[in-house]
Amino acid sequence: MKTGKRYWRSLGELSDTPQFREWLHREFPENASEWTNHASRRTMLRLMAASFGLAGLAACRRPTEHIFPLAKGVEDYVPGNPLFYSTAFALGSAAFGLHVETHDGRPTKIEGNPNHPASLGAASAFAQASILSLYDPDRTRSVRQGRRRSSWEAFGEFAKDYFRDDGDGLRFLSGEVISPSLEAVQQHALQRFPRARWIEYEPVSQDQAIAGAELAFGRAVRSHYQLEKADVVLALDCDFLGLDAPSLAYTRAFASRRKVSAPKSEMNRLYAVECNYSLTGAAADHRLQMRASKMALFLAALAAELKLAPEMPARAQLSDAELRWLQAVAKDLAAHRGRSLILAGPRQPAVAHAWAHALNELLGNFGTTVRFTAAEGKRQVEQIRELADEMAAGRVKTLVILGGNPAYDAPADLDFSSRLTKVRTVIRLGLEEDETSALAHWLLPEAHYLESWGDVRAWDGAVTIQQPMVAPLFGGRTAAEVAAMISGYPYQRAYDIVRNRWGGAEAAWRKALHDGLIATEQVEEVKPKTRLDRILATPLPPSVDGIEIVFQPDASVWDGRFANNGWLQEAPDPITKLTWDNAALLAPSTARTLGVKSGDMLLIESAGRQIRIPAMILPGHAAGSITLPLGYGRTKCGRVGRGVGFNVYPLRTSNAMGFAAASSVRKIPGSHRFSLTQEHHSMEGRPIVLETTMEELRKDPRAVEKKTGRHELFSLYKEPTYDQGNQWGMAIDLSACTGCNACLLACQAENNIPIVGKAQVARGREMHWIRLDRYFEGSDEEPSIVFQPMACQQCENAPCENVCPVAATSHSPEGLNDMAYNRCIGTRYCANNCPYKVRRFNFLDWHKDLDALQKNQYNPDVTVRMRGVMEKCNYCVQRIQEAKIKAKAESRRALRDGEILTACQQTCPAEAIVFGNLNDPNSKVSKLKKQARNYQVLAELNVKPRTSYLAKVRNPNPELA
Amino acid sequence: MGAIFPKSANGVVRLAAGALLLAAGASIGLYAYFSQPRVLDTGYTPVQPVPYSHKLHAGNLGMDCRYCHFTVERAAYAAIPPTEVCMNCHVRVKPQSAQLQLVRESYARGEPVAWVKVHRLPDYVYFNHQAHVSAGVSCVSCHGRVDQMLEVKQVQPLSMAWCLECHRNPAPHLRPVELVTKLDWKPDRDPTQIGREIMEAKHIAPPVNCSGCHR
Repeated sequence: MKTGKRYWRSLGELSDTPQFREWLHREFPENASEWTNHASRRTMLRLMAASFGLAGLAACRRPTEHIFPLAKGVEDYVPGNPLFYSTAFALGSAAFGLHVETHDGRPTKIEGNPNHPASLGAASAFAQASILSLYDPDRTRSVRQGRRRSSWEAFGEFAKDYFRDDGDGLRFLSGEVISPSLEAVQQHALQRFPRARWIEYEPVSQDQAIAGAELAFGRAVRSHYQLEKADVVLALDCDFLGLDAPSLAYTRAFASRRKVSAPKSEMNRLYAVECNYSLTGAAADHRLQMRASKMALFLAALAAELKLAPEMPARAQLSDAELRWLQAVAKDLAAHRGRSLILAGPRQPAVAHAWAHALNELLGNFGTTVRFTAAEGKRQVEQIRELADEMAAGRVKTLVILGGNPAYDAPADLDFSSRLTKVRTVIRLGLEEDETSALAHWLLPEAHYLESWGDVRAWDGAVTIQQPMVAPLFGGRTAAEVAAMISGYPYQRAYDIVRNRWGGAEAAWRKALHDGLIATEQVEEVKPKTRLDRILATPLPPSVDGIEIVFQPDASVWDGRFANNGWLQEAPDPITKLTWDNAALLAPSTARTLGVKSGDMLLIESAGRQIRIPAMILPGHAAGSITLPLGYGRTKCGRVGRGVGFNVYPLRTSNAMGFAAASSVRKIPGSHRFSLTQEHHSMEGRPIVLETTMEELRKDPRAVEKKTGRHELFSLYKEPTYDQGNQWGMAIDLSACTGCNACLLACQAENNIPIVGKAQVARGREMHWIRLDRYFEGSDEEPSIVFQPMACQQCENAPCENVCPVAATSHSPEGLNDMAYNRCIGTRYCANNCPYKVRRFNFLDWHKDLDALQKNQYNPDVTVRMRGVMEKCNYCVQRIQEAKIKAKAESRRALRDGEILTACQQTCPAEAIVFGNLNDPNSKVSKLKKQARNYQVLAELNVKPRTSYLAKVRNPNPELA
Repeated sequence: MGAIFPKSANGVVRLAAGALLLAAGASIGLYAYFSQPRVLDTGYTPVQPVPYSHKLHAGNLGMDCRYCHFTVERAAYAAIPPTEVCMNCHVRVKPQSAQLQLVRESYARGEPVAWVKVHRLPDYVYFNHQAHVSAGVSCVSCHGRVDQMLEVKQVQPLSMAWCLECHRNPAPHLRPVELVTKLDWKPDRDPTQIGREIMEAKHIAPPVNCSGCHR
């Protein structure tokens, strides 16, 4: 018997008897028997006439929908309710614990694991966006041998025959191995193939930090900062709030010392010395612009100032202003012994790190603000250089590349791509088709971390088991499985490999899976001592003549691995607000010297190599220096990342991975259009972002209120009172917000927000519901930066509600500005009226070109909006409703504070966003709104926004003011 | 230039205009009438792949709705049960019946039975069963006497106006939670009064704002 019939839409189908009979049976059940019993012509004509009359209209009914339940139930699965699983996200040498929300057996949203020390419940922009990579339609879908499709079985057969000897000429190349189970397989492989070697290489590494530790202490150690204990922090080219460290925990700790609740609070002070403007520089109370090549010198001079080292010629190379700055910093540091901290960034040479260690020890910070654990002393750049030399000499017969993309991002002087052609057999395990897979003989699909068993060790040693939430979508396997296959490891399946690495009872295993942490894993602390003589004996790097170029990972694509991730490409760079591109960042004065303006093409030459890249003027960038963000200009990439931006790896050589001297920088014909999400830097004199200083607050707690001024508020309408039930509100602390973009990406993941592409961003049509406005303040050459997350303010007197001709946007009794997408006809009057410009309009159908695979990421609790419909932040109303319904079902009527976390609040590492019930005087948000720092943006319009901000407080040093 | 058309043409034009207006009015009227959910959707009784009879199972045999639709108290969907639930009985009861062929096949192969959805709401409506059942809205209020249906039929329009009727005045449709699946329940006193008492006791305030159902 056939399944439910599709409605016939044509007369032609009418004459087809069996279908007609079935249709009749459905529409006129009481006549069905008549039809089969009385096959009278008259009856048939009568019925045909009636059915013809309704025929066209029957097609007006919605098409048949089906329900496909499971055949056999799955434990814990209730359709419509999400399930959460613990896993971890790894980036380079750091790992962050996650809770992943899954709907109907597929992951849809990533959140941080509150129990994990590296996440503390937060998730970075990269972690949030990594879910899109799982559903990337450009992933490698099958095993390939050369150009032919093959299979894992065929590879298994090949491997059995091929890998018989002792590993002569066999090399493994992977990213940094932070997985204990992969380490176990690695060790087994190196025992099985004694002549083989395993090389670990990542374009962004901690090599210099390790070298610095070895220089300072004679052994490799890893530093762990306790920023909550530091009163004074000096960051030297170290974006510890952003890209240069595992920043989630550091942001939380740092922000906890910035949130000033009372004038008597002890606020910390951050000094940043940097070349490019970074999140750390934006958060700093004092920022000194300095070329990257000069910073080691600065530290040496600081050491001399603090009498750690004898007077050095270094001092003479500092300008007067720099010297004054240095002296004030030295004094401040010395006044906070044991409660200060000096950090050197990964691009700085080893000697700078060594000086930082020496200074920290002198200031008594060892054991309080900085602690150490043992680390491996392997240098990644050295390893890959050796490998490349061996490849050139023809000594590498087999190269197994597990992850990474060395053909694209290996140091340029190693000529990796061409040397790869000399290797007889290249076996490559990769997530996507990229520059390296194009050169492989065997291409193996890698399993994404959300679909594989594995484990990772975080920076501080906490181990998380990674568990799959969905079976590998394209039959991918993990690096451990491939290495196990090749080396004949006793366990071949990823689950077995991981399970047997950890052993133990089933109950403990399940608890570890549930918690996202293996409780028993700790890493030992070490207490090294600085060897000052060795540091003094090491010469400082020579200063760079001419312009220096600095290589930095990018906030969107990191080192290039996320180039095919549409969300990250469209997420504006936190400082430059640049989307879908990179640019050579330089200071206004350098631009003037070179005679370029933003968008002009530059030809940059260094060490005999050259690149073309457009220039972008960044106020606050150090003069004489150009920052080149890595990870763009990929040639073999999926549909999203191909040809986006400009490749700077050709200039990056193995002896100058952090910064180098440019032999020539000049303007060439040509220009490039950037798509920036924020062109305007002006608040036009209005107090949109309010800043104050600790001094001011101490003197006058009402300082912030005075800045907003008193306004005569009046309304044409009788205003309702909102004193019943839940009244939702939000407070955003500008002192805590670092501008990291995590909230932007979390919102995009939670609310099915589409990407629009570079051309549409240029027209201002980006769809992000929450944006991070970045304002410069001060002069062009030395500005400070302030960030303000801006989303729908849920105004009580919303100007958008009055003007909708179809009442598509109305006010809920709980204070939310509701948006009924199905009513909206796209007048856009509401967006016109919005003073904050937070309403986003779907000018085109942004979801039309999405591959069906990508739609698996959609959150089923949120409507997917079509062309012509207005959308905006709604305080994650789906989460509010979910919590309310759960509360109703559990016979408790009151919701607890903190039970509902909006997506942005949930992911913010700084806990800058707080959402809650304003009618509950004990809720966190109510208490924050009572603080003196609290203000509303554009309050004089009397729109009564439910979102208010806590003014940014800086803590400048009175000596440097 | 003389008259192109004869005088009688005037009458023709007037007649044509009148006919056009009549046709337009009729079309609009017919559309307005037939597009109402009350007309278009009520009575919808699609053919199901398996001739499952609620009258037999829920009516004669007295099975509770929640034996099969067990997610109704914990989730938004009152899910059609997995084949496994059917096989709980039918592995022994009528194991050779021809009408259960698809069910047995589904269980053996692990593939779903392709049920046809009867009560279809648009995608932009987020209806939640848990909220309603836990408040005390009976299955019969929206689905009718399913326990007397040979084939499931949609008896209520399920339009927004119809939903709002209850949301604006829920008292007549509320009953104690334990009686929610007793479809033939007759209250011993005024049902509205019973409903009012329940509303007060449980602070029931169904949303009438947009985000209550539309996200």
